[in-house]
Amino acid sequence: MARPMVHAQGVRKHYGKLDVLKGIDLTVERGQVCCLLGPSGSGKSTFLRCINHLEKVDGGRLSVDGELVGYRQRGDRLHEMRESEVAERRREIGMVFQRFNLFPHLTALENIMEAPVRVAKVNSSTAKAEAQMLLARVGLGDRADHYPAQLSGGQQQRVAIARALAMKPKLMLFDEPTSALDPELVGDVLDVMRDLAADGMTMVVVTHEIGFAREVGDTAVFMDEGVVVEAGDPRKVLVDPEQERTKAFLSKVL
Amino acid sequence: MTATAHRSPSTPTAADTGSDDLIAVPVRHWGRWIAAVVALLSLIGLVGSLAKNPNLHWDVVGHYLFADLIFDGLVTTLWLTVAAMAVGLALGTLVAIMRLSTNPVLHGLSTLFVWLFRGTPLLVQIIFWAYAAALYKHLMIGIPFTTITFVEFDTNQLLTPSIAALLALGLNEAAYASEIVRAGIQSVDPGQAEAAHSLGMKPALAMRRIVLPQAMKVIIPPMGNETINMLKTTAYVSVIAAHDLMSNIQDVYAQNYQVIPMLVVAALWYLALTTVLSVPQAWLERRYGRGTSRSAHVSPLRRMFVGVADFLPSNRNRKG
Repeated sequence: MARPMVHAQGVRKHYGKLDVLKGIDLTVERGQVCCLLGPSGSGKSTFLRCINHLEKVDGGRLSVDGELVGYRQRGDRLHEMRESEVAERRREIGMVFQRFNLFPHLTALENIMEAPVRVAKVNSSTAKAEAQMLLARVGLGDRADHYPAQLSGGQQQRVAIARALAMKPKLMLFDEPTSALDPELVGDVLDVMRDLAADGMTMVVVTHEIGFAREVGDTAVFMDEGVVVEAGDPRKVLVDPEQERTKAFLSKVL
Repeated sequence: MTATAHRSPSTPTAADTGSDDLIAVPVRHWGRWIAAVVALLSLIGLVGSLAKNPNLHWDVVGHYLFADLIFDGLVTTLWLTVAAMAVGLALGTLVAIMRLSTNPVLHGLSTLFVWLFRGTPLLVQIIFWAYAAALYKHLMIGIPFTTITFVEFDTNQLLTPSIAALLALGLNEAAYASEIVRAGIQSVDPGQAEAAHSLGMKPALAMRRIVLPQAMKVIIPPMGNETINMLKTTAYVSVIAAHDLMSNIQDVYAQNYQVIPMLVVAALWYLALTTVLSVPQAWLERRYGRGTSRSAHVSPLRRMFVGVADFLPSNRNRKG
């Protein structure tokens, strides 16, 4: 069996005295979609940000495609990498944020081209053609020259997904991608994510969209207070959970 | 049954006559008119009395306005302004980045720099640099704690009045500019740097391509102020005879005693230059304001014409 795309063993993280992650064990296989659910403050977003080292971990091992993220192991110690080395690793991990975080001073097309041209050193005409294709793929082929402020939230988020895909990542992280959207715009973004999953992209998705998790997810992970409460087939975990805490959460959101 | 049906036809109401024929009369502000007339008359009186005052010697003003000596001073004032702002902005950006750094030594040094150069009067700094040769007779580049020296300068020859003026103005400006740049960098949403990092950008690239261009929007208006301020502040370097506009003006009136006419010459030139300087500021603000509003950007000139067009009676009615 191929090595898992994401492998977490006892990942711990604390802010001062507050323990945010209390030993997370999690495996995401290649081509799978893993949905992280749970109440706010459960640590699911923090865990997601640990995967591409936007947050440092305080203990445990977290590897992507067999390689530690942000650390190098020497004996029984993990040594943190320099920012420039971490940047190298992050190229293969796409991330989509709750608040889109598009670059407001660049057009949709320039947003997508920026990293391929400046980081991957792709020549700009190739990058432009690929960016156009990606925009068409997320259904925004006619919005290339629009600035983010001229796009709706749903359109911005789709551009953000295209921007992350432009680096040809092997793993995509989604941090509540639809939480900041008006309800009628959620569908378009979920459609793009559904297509992406169907194409075989490995995805870790922090979401409150129970329906999406049931339909698209290969695994659902329910977290609360920094621990994994329950994990497994979303059609089981999110329909007929074993744990009381999961039941209580689902009864509130459904 | 509706309310209007009860009214007798002989007393038509506004609703009955149709709103098309109604004319709204705005409040007449008589007080404003009176104030405006009084203010204008006062201004005309003042200008008239100045123009006719024989002690102002307009002939002297006219004679010196385009004199060679004044032009030489203008050139010095201009390059001093540009160079001091360049030094200030470059060094200020460096100090700002040091101040935001997590390295406590860099942070401490930059704080010390700002404290020192912002906390002492500019006049003191200008005179200090002019007389710095009294502190160190020679400047040398070599290996510390040994006698090995690569280059050696005579401080007096190195620190000409112009260089002393540039150092004083540039270093002082850097202290202020660093605070402006820091505020600009901090105004950018941290999510922008995170997005850049998540795409694999290294910190320096993310700063240059993503954070600084957005910070410029916040940095440019106060830096425009600083530039205009700098142009006028260069007048201080007349105390060390740096041959700027003000130095040369003082040289002239020290000989011909025409203090007021010469100050008018200086004021006219400073006014002309500060007016010219506000043009590139507007252009830069537009350049870095890209993507900030939902509508396409309109040049300031065009906006002015549109604004004037709105005032024309024909357009007003159409808008109505």
